[in-house]
Amino acid sequence: MLTLENISFSVMEEGKQVDIIRDLSLELDNGKFIVITGPNGSGKSTLARIIAGIEQPTSGKIFLDGQEITDKSITERARMGIGFAFQQPVRFKGLEVFDLLRLAVGKELTVEEACDYLSEVGLCAKDYINREVNASLSGGELKRIEIATVLARKTKLSLFDEPEAGIDLWSFQNLTRIFEKMQKEIKGSTILVISHQERILSIADEIIVLAAGRVEKRGTSQEILPEILETESAMGMCERLKCN
Amino acid sequence: MVQMDSIQKRLMAEVADLHEVPAGAYNFRANGELAGRHTTANIDIVSKADGTGIDIHIKPGTVNESVHIPVVLSASGHKEVVYNDFYVGENSDVVIVAGCGIDNCGTQDSQHDGVHRFFVGKNSKVKYVEKHYGSGDGTGKRILNPVTEVTMEEGSTMEMEMVQIKGVDSTDRMTTANLKAGASLVVRERLMTHGTQTATSGYKVELNGEGASADVVSRSVAKNKSYQKFDACIVGNAPCHGHTECDSIIMDEGKILAVPSLEANNVDAMLVHEAAIGKIAGDQLIKLMTLGLSEAEAEEQIINGFLK
Repeated sequence: MLTLENISFSVMEEGKQVDIIRDLSLELDNGKFIVITGPNGSGKSTLARIIAGIEQPTSGKIFLDGQEITDKSITERARMGIGFAFQQPVRFKGLEVFDLLRLAVGKELTVEEACDYLSEVGLCAKDYINREVNASLSGGELKRIEIATVLARKTKLSLFDEPEAGIDLWSFQNLTRIFEKMQKEIKGSTILVISHQERILSIADEIIVLAAGRVEKRGTSQEILPEILETESAMGMCERLKCN
Repeated sequence: MVQMDSIQKRLMAEVADLHEVPAGAYNFRANGELAGRHTTANIDIVSKADGTGIDIHIKPGTVNESVHIPVVLSASGHKEVVYNDFYVGENSDVVIVAGCGIDNCGTQDSQHDGVHRFFVGKNSKVKYVEKHYGSGDGTGKRILNPVTEVTMEEGSTMEMEMVQIKGVDSTDRMTTANLKAGASLVVRERLMTHGTQTATSGYKVELNGEGASADVVSRSVAKNKSYQKFDACIVGNAPCHGHTECDSIIMDEGKILAVPSLEANNVDAMLVHEAAIGKIAGDQLIKLMTLGLSEAEAEEQIINGFLK
């Protein structure tokens, strides 16, 4: 279980304090598929980065299965079982897709195993395994590889920051299948996704709506989704395409 | 390799991936002495009459053969200048592996200056691999100053892989190439410096015939207080293609000077240069840390990948 206790996060911008997360408390149960939504600037990504240890909260405490992790580094949290898929995947000159998967698994990896992870995200393994994770890959390809690195870690808490952003329709449809499979395969694992996507919201066990750094609403998909449909917090595929 | 001791054998493994006597032609040099030589029906190796080096003659039409000419120095204070000339006959396809390893446990500087000249015949293909490595904890410096001169006839291709990753205190490298029509040169340089090492790498590639092309790419990492200078000039004297790229990671208090330059003397010369220097991107470290690597492990993986 992940517990956030009175988390606040502020930054200084042009000499003024800007509050991004305001005294936010949350408990996330094990074995749940939870989607956090909310308008742009509501603090969703920041919250995910605070959980992963990339950002330090200005105040408040974080517990993972009862153990306080507020002062734990990114590495320590990763080793305790937190996985994080970046909204904008990082490029590496020289590192190959196989290297990244090997590092994600944390031990020797066979080509066959690496291929399995790539197939999961709809990439033909033989075309990609020795590709450099650099600018020669498209945004969509990088995004799928990013998701594969989190799949490979088999973590008990997996964070996905807007996994649908920048991917094509095919992989979008497969994303939901990937999440379902992850939950089945890793017993008691929690998946926390940041997304505006109606289709992802509709399969959530729970939806949390953030607004201005606070929890505005929280409930099951059946309760929350009708309330937020047609708002910025829940967009259908067509609206999404229109935006692009 | 019976004439070599364990230090020399270790150096040999580092610079030439050789753990035993290789197939094909070879010439081993250890502390200035000949330590082993083998020639084949197509590849002859002869010492120069004045004792300053060797001539390697590869007969026209020699295909799928290799030549290894590693050099190791393990005596502190040994300094040498060696001239090796390669004559590659027409229509050949060969691999040449050179490289120098220095182990210096003493207080005097050890130095190897190798001058390699290549004469690549028409339509021949050469892959040249050169590794430099230093070890030993003495205060004497390990110095390598290689000079490489390449003359390429029509339609020939040469791929050069030059690697210096560890332990060489000072390097001043110069590579020059002259290419005739349709000749193609590809250079891949990998360089890492640490401590107070200095490394200078210069290239002057002249594209003299129609359709000649050159692609010179250097990737380097400067750690601690080391200094690197990359100075690559491509000259287009004919309708040709030239590209040079220098991509460097700078760390700690390292210093890097990149001086890519182009000179076009023909209206149809198409020349491009790129240079980038920067520290390891923070988000690269963060990504690998979210996979469970420590910051130091992440750094190591990023550098290993970059220099692969």
